[in-house]
Amino acid sequence: MLTLENLHKSYNSRPLLSGISFSVPAGETVCLLGASGSGKSTLLRIIAGLETPEAGRVLWDGADLASVPAHERNFGLFFQDYALFPHLSVEENVAFGLRMQGVPEREIGLRVANIIKQINLEGFEKRRVAELSGGEQQRVALARMLAPRPRLLMFDEPLGALDRVLKDDLLDELRRILRESGAPAIYVTHDQAEAFAIADRVLLLHEGRVIQDGSPAEVTANPVSAWAAHFLGLGNLLEGEVRMVTPEGWLVLTPAGEFIVGCGHSHRAGEKVNLLVRRERVRAAPEGRLRSRVADVVFQQSGFRVSLENGLVFRLDEAPKVGEEIRLELFPSAVQCLP
Amino acid sequence: MRRSPSRRGSAYALTALLVAGLFFGLFFFYPLARILLRGLDFSALDSSAFLLTSHSLLFTFYQALLSTLLTLAFGLPAAFLFARFDFRGRGFLRLLTAIPFMLPTVVVAAGFNAWLGPRGWLNIVLMRLFGLDAPPVAFVGTLGAILAAHVFYNMTIVIRLVGNVLARLDPRLEQAARSLGADSRQVFWRLTLPLLLPSLLAASLLVFLFDFTSFGVVLLLGGPQFATLEVEIYLQAIQLFNLPLAVWLSLIQLLCTLLFSVAYTRLVTRAAVTVQPRPAPAHPPRTFTQRLFVLTSSFLLLAFYFLPLASLPLRSLTRLEADLGQRGQVRYGLTTDYYEELFVNRRGSIFYVPPVQALINSLGYASLTILLSLGIGFPAAAALARPGRLTRLLDPLLILPLGASAVTLGLGYILAFGRFLTSPWLVPLAHTMIALPFVIRTIQPVLASIPDRLREAAATLGASPAETRRRVDWPLARRAVLSAGVFAFTVSLGEFGATALVSRPEYPTLPMAIYRFLSQPGGLNYGQAMAMATVLMLVTGAGILLIEKLRLPGAGEF
Repeated sequence: MLTLENLHKSYNSRPLLSGISFSVPAGETVCLLGASGSGKSTLLRIIAGLETPEAGRVLWDGADLASVPAHERNFGLFFQDYALFPHLSVEENVAFGLRMQGVPEREIGLRVANIIKQINLEGFEKRRVAELSGGEQQRVALARMLAPRPRLLMFDEPLGALDRVLKDDLLDELRRILRESGAPAIYVTHDQAEAFAIADRVLLLHEGRVIQDGSPAEVTANPVSAWAAHFLGLGNLLEGEVRMVTPEGWLVLTPAGEFIVGCGHSHRAGEKVNLLVRRERVRAAPEGRLRSRVADVVFQQSGFRVSLENGLVFRLDEAPKVGEEIRLELFPSAVQCLP
Repeated sequence: MRRSPSRRGSAYALTALLVAGLFFGLFFFYPLARILLRGLDFSALDSSAFLLTSHSLLFTFYQALLSTLLTLAFGLPAAFLFARFDFRGRGFLRLLTAIPFMLPTVVVAAGFNAWLGPRGWLNIVLMRLFGLDAPPVAFVGTLGAILAAHVFYNMTIVIRLVGNVLARLDPRLEQAARSLGADSRQVFWRLTLPLLLPSLLAASLLVFLFDFTSFGVVLLLGGPQFATLEVEIYLQAIQLFNLPLAVWLSLIQLLCTLLFSVAYTRLVTRAAVTVQPRPAPAHPPRTFTQRLFVLTSSFLLLAFYFLPLASLPLRSLTRLEADLGQRGQVRYGLTTDYYEELFVNRRGSIFYVPPVQALINSLGYASLTILLSLGIGFPAAAALARPGRLTRLLDPLLILPLGASAVTLGLGYILAFGRFLTSPWLVPLAHTMIALPFVIRTIQPVLASIPDRLREAAATLGASPAETRRRVDWPLARRAVLSAGVFAFTVSLGEFGATALVSRPEYPTLPMAIYRFLSQPGGLNYGQAMAMATVLMLVTGAGILLIEKLRLPGAGEF
């Protein structure tokens, strides 16, 4: 089990990580989700032993790793741009870690052949890595990382440079590999769809801290702040002022109109709050309370993305005309109030 | 607290830079400082010395300017040829134009001598054909010979610098200009020329700098009536023993080269902005004019480069005239006499050892130069490959020696290490000093181009720092190191300027021996000079080809 205790690191004398603590038990995949420049990669590099934290500890099964150099940790790190060795063939790249462990050549041959078969790279053994396509290089990097059977797997934006279709295929494959290996894994990305697809647990990293820690479903259902909701792309965000309490909930006035929020918080009249208005929990209804003209309509696979002149965006099953005034009814669960 | 690997690394780097810095200080800056200190002795500057100084300064400028203009006049069409057209033999011809740049000056001088000299092919054949008593073509000993050799040497600079930019000009720029209404003349004046200008200026300055400091070519092909600063320094120091005047001339030389080098470096940093990453592929000539251009220019280039280089080995194997003291019975035709003679120790020859000893000396010096320049240069290059404040400070310092003239350096050695002049160590030290900037420049960018992530990837896979150096850094830098080593070797084998001043007559190098034999009368001496120059040409030529071969595949890979 990997445990991080209160890690601190600054970059160009500005704090990058300010007190990161969490642990990853065996068999769990944790996804670190954060904007670019939020220190996700730096955190991985600290765990790998490539950088030293200014404060805090990295523990493995309770033992402090501060005095263990990177090459003695046996933590696998998947580099964002793969960092394949350009002077070695596919086979030699994959065998690198095994050679370092002093595995006998005969066994290296067997294990390399085995893993190359597993990730569908047969026939590429003798190729130079520069001759491979992006997706193929990605597989080699994966094989190279897995071959020495590291006790921790770390992925730094592994699918960053690939196109959508290739991404989905590789995500399935990664899930299978993570299940089979049973080692704890940390996966870093800025793409929430990717994070939700692969993670048992999502950690949201913002301004050097973990602001939210939970399963993908929990994180989606209850974003911890307006920033989290915005970053995860959960819906429309509005700033509003609490007017009064009604039988259905609090009446909140926003630039886009009045909304009723049925939240369990207690508010005072005049208090400023952030509202999250989900895009899909809505239907067109002649008696709907929300009225606005349609500014734009975009076709999407799951329906139409309709932008209104009041700034709100919803997903509707049928396309209204641009310029037409429509009325919408929000489901009670559509509006949430965020701290 | 554990010592972090990066801190230990920077301790290595500091030591490496210190060693290199010490070497530069002792064998470059200290000798030059001695020249500066001696130069303040004004008593050496009487009116005749002043006249001589100003005369040779003027002539140096004059011939360098003429040479540069001629090099541009021939080099620009050649640059255009290689950048725009694809034709049979293009690679070979390009290589042929590049080889002389690294050939020893004595070889080029001997080549031109074998082709156009009084005992060269052209004159001998003309004399035989028309029954003349004297060589009809006066080439060696004229300004024309100096200019021709300078063009021969430096055309490749224009081809490389200007040609590279020309080849990389984004063809869409021209298309854009045309779609905006520019005709072909406007495209040239408003687009192509402004884009080429920085590289054109850089190439001109570099060519001028090399022509300005040219020594061997002027001494061997021009003769004493065409004394540039460089030749005058040598004559004053070695033949007339007038050290104070030599020192004054060196001071002027240093000042000029420093100015040109600074101007060149400034220009290059400015020119670096306009690099276009989209190459326009060379295409076969299409129109009649294009075909005519490709045909005539490639034929002229081939003749210009091939004739001197081919005349030399042929001449070394052919007896065309009577040897000194040989009357009546003369056998003309193919002979290996000149080579056999190299192993014979003739009394009356200037050496009391067989000439082949010069080859052995040269090989020894060259081996020492490889060891020293790689031993000092590799760690320094590795240290400079990591970005840092120290690096930015030291980088331009390491470039300075590139611009300093070899003869001046040699004179500095005489002043600084006069006591050790009898030691055979001064020659390899001078050669190392000359090769070192190139060695560092060759290795440093390759080491710097190895991404840190590769080393980190190796670490996460269990490779210790030593193992990482062995399995990642070394395989990736191997070609560059080998190439730098071969380079040091060829530089040492061919070095003439500094060697002419510091070498001892009892330990002559191959170029020194060739020079002495060329200036001796008689067909046998001439033939031996040809034979030795041929050997030198073959050895250095092989080295140059090896470097070219090493450069080709590795460079663009990462």
